[in-house]
Amino acid sequence: MSGHRRDVVVTGIGLVSCAGEGIAAHLDALNADAPARIDTTSFAPYPVHPVAPLVLDGQIPKKSDQRQMEPWQRLGVYAAGLALESAGVKDDAAFKSALHLVVAAGGGERDTAVDGAILTGLRDAPDPGAYLNEHLLNDLRPTLFLAQLSNLLAGNIAIVHGVTGASRTFMGEEAAGTDALRIAQARIAASQLDAMLVGGSYSAERPDVMVVHEMGGYLAKGEYRPIAERARAGEGGMILGSVAAFLVLEAADHAAARGARALAQIFPVASDRTRREPGSVALSLDRIWREAGIATPDAVISGASGVAAATTEELDALSRLAPGAPVTTLGDVTGHGLEVTAPFGAALAVALIAERGAREVAVTTVGHHRGEGALRLTAIP
Amino acid sequence: MTNSPLRDSKGRPLVAVTGFGIVTSLGQGQDDNWTALTAGRSGIHTIARFPTEGLRTRIAGTVDFLDAEPLVAPALSQRFAESAADEAVAQACIGTKGDFPGALFIAVPPIEMEWPQRRAMAEALGEKGPVTYAVLQRAAASRRFDALHPYMIFGTVADRIADRFGTKGSPISLSTACSSGATAIQLGVEAIRRGEMSAALCIGTDGSVNPESLIRFSLLSALSTQNDPPEGASKPFSKNRDGFVMGEGAAALILEDAEAARARGAKILGYVLGCGEKGDGFHRTRSSPDGAPIIAAIQAALDDAGTSPAEIDTVNAHGTSTPENDKMEAMGCMAVFGERMGAIPISSNKSMIGHTLTAAGAIEAVVSLLTIRHGRIPPTINYAVPDPAIPLDIVATTRDMPVNRVLSNSFGFGGQNTCLVFGGEPT
Repeated sequence: MSGHRRDVVVTGIGLVSCAGEGIAAHLDALNADAPARIDTTSFAPYPVHPVAPLVLDGQIPKKSDQRQMEPWQRLGVYAAGLALESAGVKDDAAFKSALHLVVAAGGGERDTAVDGAILTGLRDAPDPGAYLNEHLLNDLRPTLFLAQLSNLLAGNIAIVHGVTGASRTFMGEEAAGTDALRIAQARIAASQLDAMLVGGSYSAERPDVMVVHEMGGYLAKGEYRPIAERARAGEGGMILGSVAAFLVLEAADHAAARGARALAQIFPVASDRTRREPGSVALSLDRIWREAGIATPDAVISGASGVAAATTEELDALSRLAPGAPVTTLGDVTGHGLEVTAPFGAALAVALIAERGAREVAVTTVGHHRGEGALRLTAIP
Repeated sequence: MTNSPLRDSKGRPLVAVTGFGIVTSLGQGQDDNWTALTAGRSGIHTIARFPTEGLRTRIAGTVDFLDAEPLVAPALSQRFAESAADEAVAQACIGTKGDFPGALFIAVPPIEMEWPQRRAMAEALGEKGPVTYAVLQRAAASRRFDALHPYMIFGTVADRIADRFGTKGSPISLSTACSSGATAIQLGVEAIRRGEMSAALCIGTDGSVNPESLIRFSLLSALSTQNDPPEGASKPFSKNRDGFVMGEGAAALILEDAEAARARGAKILGYVLGCGEKGDGFHRTRSSPDGAPIIAAIQAALDDAGTSPAEIDTVNAHGTSTPENDKMEAMGCMAVFGERMGAIPISSNKSMIGHTLTAAGAIEAVVSLLTIRHGRIPPTINYAVPDPAIPLDIVATTRDMPVNRVLSNSFGFGGQNTCLVFGGEPT
């Protein structure tokens, strides 16, 4: 097992964000000055990049399935469908029933109205414990739980698309996405599997996540400003975006045998976990850049969160590591999507290679709080 | 064991277990747990952690002898994981303190803000009028709750365990619902087989018995409501089973490339011979009626282990005590093992410790390894009313017999099915 390694290629990608859906919309978005949708009022003072309207029926035909899911799951199931379509396996039941899945995800939406009503009632409740029990029992929708469990994005992809090899869900913010790709690539390279669907989804249009990230002081406020500009002004922070990205990874020989077009090759992913202090991100990037084997990329996609210290260090490091290569900050295209950063960045790299003739693209994923990653994708030789 | 081969039947590195640790409602550590489990003692009790007025289910296997501050699921889960991993690392005598020579794979419960914290935020600024999330956002922006932030994100438990034990690389936090603990082990096995590392720390932990998580399962009619007596509620495979009982705990296993383990003179406690998994796209909470995915997962584990069904000595069941699970698990086992299934002892640890959810697969792996080591199968307590639809050899009282191969099943919401094969000796 530890000897021969198979080449791993990407044969399909599915993307959804404020820029729209699919490959072309996102390649166009790379040339824009700002994300296609910026909403500074719905969740003020926090700006968000809302997802473009989707016709869900296109990928989630049953209304009953749509109803059983919350937005983060619908985005993910939708993007997974696009990836399967792009890989030419959407209608290949046998392929999908053997296809394994690794999802990077957090948790699902709260019922904010129920939460608010309970919190209001708790103020004057003579017996708060009993009040809470009574109202959770009566007011929570029983099926909401299934829209909140992290592994139920994978569960819904199995139900809606018939991807039933087996699934695993990685959690842990940006690092989850990086490691999902790392382990998927490694399992295929080592012949433990032939193909995997890898990705994740994130819904930013929910006030509960802003409570969480505001607690750490990690959110940007007010008007949209580009990531580099706000980080260098010392007023950094994340602007969250609703995003989903999935990739079909396959052993090169497996893809060739079924006549699939390999869009790009993906190399072993380098990931790291440093204790954040001045200089640690730069040091880590130096190391994982080398470890990922990145040579002379035609383009760099940075998953920088916008959090000032880490972002400035990352951008400085990139100008040193890839002098002359244009650096696209993913957050300025789609907003920041936490777990989805690495899959989205990798999928955009694939698009640049397959549609724009790039030979080598590097993707960096420096988490807002922890976790660093570097990915190398190249054109098929 | 010194003459056993170092590669499995497929030529891959053999994966040895050189240390493990366990915490359940029955106690802390292998000795206390093994004594209690083989004595048929129950750790299920009336919940004291929070008020249970008005709840249909008021019992659980909470771990009350370990504490955390704040008392929230990730902090408790971290505490349990630390205890189990301390024991495992000490038993394996591996690395040096705070310098574990391998990666961390840890199954943790999904993270959410809990009600005491949500309520404190709602009241922090003394705002009047209806509480909305905007109120909570303003409370967060007051910076008074920053210390809670680590407990609100998903990577923290793994981050802290990685710091404490000095594991290498980016730690994996994972969920496959109620099969998560088994998946953590599977990820470790795969990494060792790939030759990426010679050791892995694999943990499943769960400290999530709180009002909302209990009520959520209750709303899905998944929990037993037979509150009195608490120790009688979890009745896997019994005709009168009426749901599972939530439990808490953790288990940690040190997996090593058998060759590396032997080279450093480690005592090998057993082997993870095979892992199998299969997704189910039938329904969000229910198994395919034909049992095909369960059957495929068991078969895949046996195939991966290079073990024939005839070599399995006992089954450590998922056995949740829900009507659905136990019926489907029995059906799956009967399909794979055929007529012989009637004579294969099968037992569910959940009868005593409840369903430890994210931790269950890892805890039951440790019990499987102890079963092999002691030649003793812990009972399925409360098996008083056999279910004619489940004609299996349910181990109702502790049974002594030589055990060299155990199949351990784990199944979860979202179509998750993961099965592991453990052995005292390689295939």
